[in-house]
Amino acid sequence: MAGFTRGFQGRGHEERDPRLPPGQYDAGTTWPVLTAEATPRMSHDQWTFTIEGLVDREVTWTWDEIHELPQSTYDGAIHCVTTWSKFDMHWEGVSVDTLLEAAGPSPAATHVMAFTHSGYTTNLPLEDVVGGKAWVAFAADGEPLTPDHGGPARLLVPHLYFWKSAKFVAGLRLLDHNAPGFWERNGYHDHGDPWREERYQGD
Amino acid sequence: MSGGPWSMTTVTEIRDETARAKTYRLRFPAPVPFRPGQHVIIRLTAPDGYTASRAYSIASAPDPQRPDELEVTVELLEGGEVSGFLHEEVVVGDELEVRGPIGGWFVWDGTSPALLLGGGSGVVPLMSMLRTARATASTDRLRMIVSVRSADDLLYATELVGTELAGTEPAGTELAGTDPDPTVRVVYTRSAPEGSDRRAGRLTVEDLRAVLPPDAGVTPIAYVCGSAGFADSATRLLEEVGHPADRIRIERYGPSATA
Repeated sequence: MAGFTRGFQGRGHEERDPRLPPGQYDAGTTWPVLTAEATPRMSHDQWTFTIEGLVDREVTWTWDEIHELPQSTYDGAIHCVTTWSKFDMHWEGVSVDTLLEAAGPSPAATHVMAFTHSGYTTNLPLEDVVGGKAWVAFAADGEPLTPDHGGPARLLVPHLYFWKSAKFVAGLRLLDHNAPGFWERNGYHDHGDPWREERYQGD
Repeated sequence: MSGGPWSMTTVTEIRDETARAKTYRLRFPAPVPFRPGQHVIIRLTAPDGYTASRAYSIASAPDPQRPDELEVTVELLEGGEVSGFLHEEVVVGDELEVRGPIGGWFVWDGTSPALLLGGGSGVVPLMSMLRTARATASTDRLRMIVSVRSADDLLYATELVGTELAGTEPAGTELAGTDPDPTVRVVYTRSAPEGSDRRAGRLTVEDLRAVLPPDAGVTPIAYVCGSAGFADSATRLLEEVGHPADRIRIERYGPSATA
């Protein structure tokens, strides 16, 4: 839209961090929390992770079993659709590539539905969770994930808005079509690329 | 439900709610249907193209007489780029770029039983629900608890506790909320005003039991809105009184305690 806001100069944008996608601000050392539901308190014994749907074999890991897989880390930023970004984070977990490899995705699979122990879902194209772009994460900045942040484990897809990084993740269901998850049915974008500002349906 | 296009709205009214919160009435170029609990995005653009956007909850109820308008309440945050600009710079007649309404989860359908728990400025989207209930004579479906530090922090005091306790003159004889509403309970955590029948202190299960009908046929949906700390403790209290977790909807803001 043409025009600008009368009297608004903006603050500190001359040194705006080039790592900030449009419309985002740097949350600095804070880590805002957003949830839609009561935060489940899950013990490690109760947690499992399953790959199901269009795969050669459905595989479920317990907490101990998934920790026996090769561990993988992510260093970088996360971006929340509510406009904060957080830089220089260090995440630890298991690459989704490792998990998919164990289950053997069918060639027909094009999308995944992430589902959680709390009943939440979010949809992603399969290509957005392969090739070193997605993790099942257990720790951030050296600390185990707290329930606030989705602990014991959450999905981590840092190149998309953070609602795609489902807290309390329980698994991925491979599909041959796209289907909206929880926030996507409630008005949020199917894909969620922060660099394209894919915030809401219709963006 | 979608974010939709940006609209250029006009600020038609600004009201002080507390020393740190103001309400802005925005007129859209076309009717703007919304549901109680939804929010909008306000985007500020500098002459060089720099933008800053923030989400603000809608505080007003849908009004068939003024379908192209809605109100948002903005709390002034320390160092807040957008809230600071809105508070210090914006005057009636200014134009603001707005997107929305947005949100399909933290919304009240206007008919189902609902329990509203708001902490501080978390009362804003719940106020839209309460105002909707009052406008449609359906307050029997709602129970509301607002938790604030002191009377100075209570938004919409006249409508929530009546003119006497709010310490303000009635603005008009038809002002809603002139009589204290039995469906609303205000909890003061630091200091309670004189004449209050409850001592200052944090929200407790007794507060919940005081508003929950003893024999509710249908379990209400609980809408919890406030800081991370408030949302956590309110959720725990709900669980303590046996409120099912799948009947709790939460909207929280601010940094987590463990950041």
